[in-house]
Amino acid sequence: MILNNARTASGKSISIEIKNGVIKDVSDTNIDGGVDVGAKLILPGLVDLHTHLREPGKEDAETVETGSRAATIGGYTAISAMANTNPVADTAGVVEQVYRLGKSAGLCEVKPIGAVTKGLNGQQLAELGAMADSIAQVRIFSDDGKCVSDPLLMRRALEYVKTFNGVIAQHAQDPKLTVNAQMNEGSVSARIGLVGWPAVAEEAIIARDILLADHVGSRLHICHVTTAGGVALIKWAKERGIQVTAEVTPHHLLLTDELVENYDPIYKVNPPLRTEKDVWALREALASGIIDIVATDHAPHPSEDKDCEWQAAAFGMVGLETSLSVVVKAMIETKLMDWQLLVDAMSTKPAQIAGYDQQGRGIEKGAPANFILVDPVAKWQVRRDRLNSKSKNTPFEGMELPALITDVYFNGVQTVNNGALTGNRAGE
Amino acid sequence: MISGHLLSVADLSKEQALGLLATAKELAVITDGPNKKLPTLRGKSVVNLFFEDSTRTRISFETAAKRLSADVINFSAKGSSVSKGESLKDTAQTLQAMGADAVVIRHGSSGAAKRLADTKWISAAIINAGDGTHEHPTQALLDAYTIKEHLRGDNLDLSGLKVVIVGDILHSRVARSNVLLLTKLGASVTLVAPPTLLPVGVGDWPVQVSYSLDELLPECDVVMMLRIQLERMQDSFFPTEREYSRRYGLNSQRLSKLKSTAIVMHPGPMNRGLEISAESADDIKSVVIDQVKNGVSIRMAVLYELLGGVSLNPSGEGSNK
Repeated sequence: MILNNARTASGKSISIEIKNGVIKDVSDTNIDGGVDVGAKLILPGLVDLHTHLREPGKEDAETVETGSRAATIGGYTAISAMANTNPVADTAGVVEQVYRLGKSAGLCEVKPIGAVTKGLNGQQLAELGAMADSIAQVRIFSDDGKCVSDPLLMRRALEYVKTFNGVIAQHAQDPKLTVNAQMNEGSVSARIGLVGWPAVAEEAIIARDILLADHVGSRLHICHVTTAGGVALIKWAKERGIQVTAEVTPHHLLLTDELVENYDPIYKVNPPLRTEKDVWALREALASGIIDIVATDHAPHPSEDKDCEWQAAAFGMVGLETSLSVVVKAMIETKLMDWQLLVDAMSTKPAQIAGYDQQGRGIEKGAPANFILVDPVAKWQVRRDRLNSKSKNTPFEGMELPALITDVYFNGVQTVNNGALTGNRAGE
Repeated sequence: MISGHLLSVADLSKEQALGLLATAKELAVITDGPNKKLPTLRGKSVVNLFFEDSTRTRISFETAAKRLSADVINFSAKGSSVSKGESLKDTAQTLQAMGADAVVIRHGSSGAAKRLADTKWISAAIINAGDGTHEHPTQALLDAYTIKEHLRGDNLDLSGLKVVIVGDILHSRVARSNVLLLTKLGASVTLVAPPTLLPVGVGDWPVQVSYSLDELLPECDVVMMLRIQLERMQDSFFPTEREYSRRYGLNSQRLSKLKSTAIVMHPGPMNRGLEISAESADDIKSVVIDQVKNGVSIRMAVLYELLGGVSLNPSGEGSNK
């Protein structure tokens, strides 16, 4: 297959030829027999390091299949299935099951994340080595949803995964400082009477873990950073050469805690939406590279878990299908980033952090044909009933967003055409 | 006039609040007469939907509704379908099917009343009778009414009055509603509490904050003591009951520092000997019993305006702005 007249993130017009799942050739001029794509952007497939697929255990919210569809529509060619399933992904058996489900869906790479501790209990290390050695080849370990709050256990985990170049992805939330916490602690929580989730509960764990990572010389990844203070700590760590990477979610780049005012649980998320000041600190940190990557924290929930009073509602938002457009709105429309930096944050760097060698390689000869075509000037409106995810808990309902993903190729197979799933799947 | 729902004092204009107080006053005059009952809400049904135990508030609403001839249904979460795991949505839809005209809701979740009003679960008028640690609008209205009765004339707001609210501000829906309403009516409000019981973000409220009760007492017109929940002690909000009582309790020594015209308020139920001594609670300055009595008039006024739809004082301060 040949595609002509595509534009790279750096603005270069190219044509590409795909054969056997690989980009066989890249040319400055049109290749005979090709399809003209109308100067759309061609970007490497997006890579998500933080996806809740809910299978096994919560198949009413999402499955590997439906999550893969949502990811594909959102331009992802690799996603990372979080470990907080039921049973928890804390053994080779569970991660291999998720891996196989991803393979059979055949829409994108599904890379399981392993739990750090058995049952996410924060008491005893899970079999990290067994998960690393399994066919799922787990490299990221996280108790996400829960914090590895015991400092000694965190130290051991950081040390232990060095043997297979693993990384601990920490959900930074001091549990004692966030008992019953419902939203960001500040002006809005004081006014509307919801229990506050203070920034310091996040920052105290970030600070501690940075120091631990430094002490034992290990790699640390901070999940979903939400505060200006967290950004300052990560900046400090990076200046000292400590091996820390960090992610920010699209929703924390765009939404603030003022939205909680009406108690609509669609805005209930952990970590919580913060203030305008935090949003700008996160945007600037992503633009400058202090925060390395965007990760969705796609967290599907069935409707009954949001169609209720605030406290009874579940934490989380779906994000795979809106991620790129939200980042364009928050980062490119504000001129903080260009498309090349966006590619770095949403494809290249996440693939590097996780060691996904088939991903984030760029549009170059010999790379796996994992890429997307984007119409950067098109606008589209988010409609929950059109989401491919099994759950519809998007906070962006009705919002008009920039940039439309029209085509997705996974291992050379066109999985999305004209904004819709083709039904094609990549085989083994 | 108010219309629709009563969810938060923040939704009321000053005119609407004063209008409610005026309506309550007129209704109080009528119900103080030989026949306490008005036919106004005959045929309307009012549901008291209480997810938390609160006998005082429930019977106050019940009395108010009955004096207006409404049918009253008491729905208590305990021992009902709710204790078997029924959702708020299903409960609301059940009440909708039964034709409730107004739902008076007390719920442990902040925002529960607002959710009932905002969703399409039920179309009845929603009256917030306390939602979590958010608001308790009728309590603030009855407090404002009581303050006005004692310290201000009929056609005045609360300008110039100094109100001190003492206690667990952090968890208090009474404090949040009173701060909004009393300042809206012109009073100046000072909150007194240990810093552990003040919310982070209180700096944005239209109030003064102090850690010391004693220096405020000689100046203030109203001192409002809030109930202290004993379980707060377990969570280290303060060390012991005795220490709390010593630093923040209203005892006879502190009572003696008050101006002769000052009044002592408490939303009840009181912990005698903790936040308020027995002598203070029973002192001539204490208007606690008036608060209870006025509560019925205020709740009548709210039901009257939301369900009756006719202003009692169309030319006065109660008219819709």
